[in-house]
Amino acid sequence: MTRPTDTALPGKGMPAIPASKRWLEAVPWLLALGTYAAAPQYAPLLTQIFVMILFAMSLDLLVGYTGIVTLGHAAQFGTGAYVAGILAARGWITDPTMTAVIAMVAAGCIGLFFGSLMLRTKGLAFLMLSVASGMFLYEIANKATGITGGDDGLQGVVFSPLLGLWEFDFRGTTAFFYSFVMLFLTFIFLRRVVNSPFGWSLRGLRENDLRMSAIGCHNYRRRLTAYTIASTLAGLAGAVQAQCTGFVALNSLSFELSGAVLIMLILGGSGRLYGAMFGVPIYMFAQDYLAKRDPTNWFLWQGIILLILVLFARGGVLSLAERGFHACCRRRPG
Amino acid sequence: MSELPVLEARELNKAFGPIAVTRNVNMSLMRGERRALIGPNGAGKTTFVNLLSGRLRPTTGNVFLNGIDVSRADEATRSKLGIGRTFQITSLFPALTAHENIFLALAESAGFGMHILRSARSYGSLHDRADELLEKVGLLGAAATSVQQFPYGQQRLIEIAVALALEPKVLLLDEPAAGIPTSERDLILDIVKALPSDIAVLLIDHDMDLVFRFAQRITVLVQGAILVEGSPAEIAADQSVRDVYLGERS
Repeated sequence: MTRPTDTALPGKGMPAIPASKRWLEAVPWLLALGTYAAAPQYAPLLTQIFVMILFAMSLDLLVGYTGIVTLGHAAQFGTGAYVAGILAARGWITDPTMTAVIAMVAAGCIGLFFGSLMLRTKGLAFLMLSVASGMFLYEIANKATGITGGDDGLQGVVFSPLLGLWEFDFRGTTAFFYSFVMLFLTFIFLRRVVNSPFGWSLRGLRENDLRMSAIGCHNYRRRLTAYTIASTLAGLAGAVQAQCTGFVALNSLSFELSGAVLIMLILGGSGRLYGAMFGVPIYMFAQDYLAKRDPTNWFLWQGIILLILVLFARGGVLSLAERGFHACCRRRPG
Repeated sequence: MSELPVLEARELNKAFGPIAVTRNVNMSLMRGERRALIGPNGAGKTTFVNLLSGRLRPTTGNVFLNGIDVSRADEATRSKLGIGRTFQITSLFPALTAHENIFLALAESAGFGMHILRSARSYGSLHDRADELLEKVGLLGAAATSVQQFPYGQQRLIEIAVALALEPKVLLLDEPAAGIPTSERDLILDIVKALPSDIAVLLIDHDMDLVFRFAQRITVLVQGAILVEGSPAEIAADQSVRDVYLGERS
């Protein structure tokens, strides 16, 4: 009667999706594949969206589940992108899978290093340090032009065919399916993590860290583990970005990217994994639309929309959808 | 050879800057003992509990658990070693259900907190134990309700269940009946009295009726130092206690 169910959908304080409605979880995935089938010319855009969703999901483990709000997550994303890019550009390792693994390890190590320093602080001090960690790596990449290409970005990044079979073609078909599979695997992994005792303990830390230490949890170590996992996955997102575009921009380490991915997550709804799947496309499409309609003031419109969301839909777009869904369920039982 | 105290405070001192809050406190709790700690507001009772649980580090002095010096151990380590506690102001995971609150404590206690890839759902014995504990405090029927929706008195009961999930050797109950209507205090007392007999319990409360019905021994703390210690009858008869704490009540 009291057994919990594994799901990524319910947010903080929301009831679980009934078992009979669990098929809804497949909808975003089918929608992505369906969009590609209907309009394959949008494969590059869809790939970009998948990469950002992967990145936002890694951030969700920190923001939504652990209660760690960071403005430096691009430090790990950029590390992954540059490591994969440099390995390929120099011709040292061009295999996509191998470079992705190395990029993940590198980003995980960077996360472990910064996390071990930053997680000794909380609140504003942590937020400031997280900004500093991103700016630190950004400046290193900016100055090390011989290795990173500096402000011009890293060019000439060519990867060998995926699994020795599929070239990263100009239409973006390989990139689309590669990023889709990576996103799906990451989602499955994160879903397991957040539903494990470890994942539950992260929710405990988010809710009440004093109580967590009173029940025997070493909070710092637990947070550092979560931070390292999230960093590793952000590194994977960066590597996939580099592989799919064949280019690494300095922007991949920027504060703006850290801020944007946080906004995307909040927009969709944090603490439920699927929030990123809603927030990222909405943000990217809205940005594109607003920039076309009002090129000078589009940032203002973006700000107004976010303000409205924060005031009236605190759990993000997914929270609104959830409330609507549960209202419908109540009206039509079964 | 005499039995070793399960928990012992030896020459415990705590000062915040120039203000001494705990002064040379010595206290031993034997296995299964039911002890109450009383004292007027500001006597330093909660600080003393925080020193025992590891939330605060003593300025000088030591805390021993089963003869092992745990003075430098942090709260999480002491919890794993067997010190469970409740808080003066209820401290739970508000957005989680009653069942989840207890499961978290059970998982940490069993050392499963770092299990990353196995579903929490699959730990059947821990879920059964969580249900047992909820049944013990009479809240099994509301196991799937998030804690923030419970009335305060029931949150206190869940907090006791969380502390029991740790299978403590010593249980520190910091004002478990605070904020609970008088009519419901008997329920708290019944549950506290029914705690396993091998657990040493240190109860802090201002409700003298509750304290005198519960305790085998009572320690009176005044201005951070122990004024007197004795059986309920001795404490009730002690003139110094009446003067500083009980006033005209006896």
